[in-house]
Amino acid sequence: MRWFAALLAAMLLAAPATAQNSIAPTPAAPDYAEVSLADPVKEKQALALMDNIRCVVCQGQPVSGSNADLAGDMRRIIRERIGAGETPEQVRAWLVSKYGAWVSFKPPLEPRTAPLWLVPLLALAIGLWLLMRRLKWDRLKGAKS
Amino acid sequence: MKRGLILWLPLALILMLFAVFWVGLHRQENHDIASQMVGKPLPLFTAPAALPGQPGAATADFRDGKPRLLNVFASWCVPCVAEVPVLMRLKAMGVEVVGIAVHDTAPALDQFLARNGNPYARIGSDDQSRIQLALGSSGVPETFVIDGQGRIVKQHIGVVGEGDVPELLAALGQKP
Repeated sequence: MRWFAALLAAMLLAAPATAQNSIAPTPAAPDYAEVSLADPVKEKQALALMDNIRCVVCQGQPVSGSNADLAGDMRRIIRERIGAGETPEQVRAWLVSKYGAWVSFKPPLEPRTAPLWLVPLLALAIGLWLLMRRLKWDRLKGAKS
Repeated sequence: MKRGLILWLPLALILMLFAVFWVGLHRQENHDIASQMVGKPLPLFTAPAALPGQPGAATADFRDGKPRLLNVFASWCVPCVAEVPVLMRLKAMGVEVVGIAVHDTAPALDQFLARNGNPYARIGSDDQSRIQLALGSSGVPETFVIDGQGRIVKQHIGVVGEGDVPELLAALGQKP
């Protein structure tokens, strides 16, 4: 058990050194594929958008959860654009202008996607209608007996 | 009679839902993501030379009236090897192919071209996929046909095979 703790401590101590050697290129230009924005508000916006943008090579995943090179490149562009003052929706629109609505996990309301939005409402309406009919029927039956 | 039918309705709906799932799961879907940039001007970029011996690529190169192919590739991309002979054939027919090498290094690229042949007039380096993202390209290899005014007229996703040559030549405005 003690050797394990020692190993863990050694790894924790070694990690920053290797990270500095391999990842951080120069302190002046952080690589935003993996490095957070300095502004916590913008970083939060960027992370929220990353969860909402589909990785174009690993199609089922958002760019936030993919190790693919291209996903990293998409994270970099998202952070850079938000860092430069664009709103998340502007960045989303830019990506949609390149890859189509497919790239966004937030489907727009348009004729092709209308069922997606309308079916739940329709189902709710049908459910309510059935329930009301049933209640009325039960009341009639109750009144009769 | 009417009430009896309504009782069967939920079952019918569930069966319909299952039918939709079944069809959705078994349909051979096309997962290619078409670029929305087709028909639009080539985005502005300047790509540094990927190899010391060959010029890099820039948007300005595409505006001299001569239609060209823009081939997004990489030396680490296995399917890219398969299209080199076809690109060589297109080159022999007088088609200028401009390469954009994604996430590549000069030594790896040098080796790739030495082994498979070099169909490229220019190769620009795209280290961070900036050009690829600007093009709306979602992988390698992809080939874009750019007209003489620098407009994207066609996107070909995946390996260029022998069978794709007539279509590419037509998009380039060239007779086979």
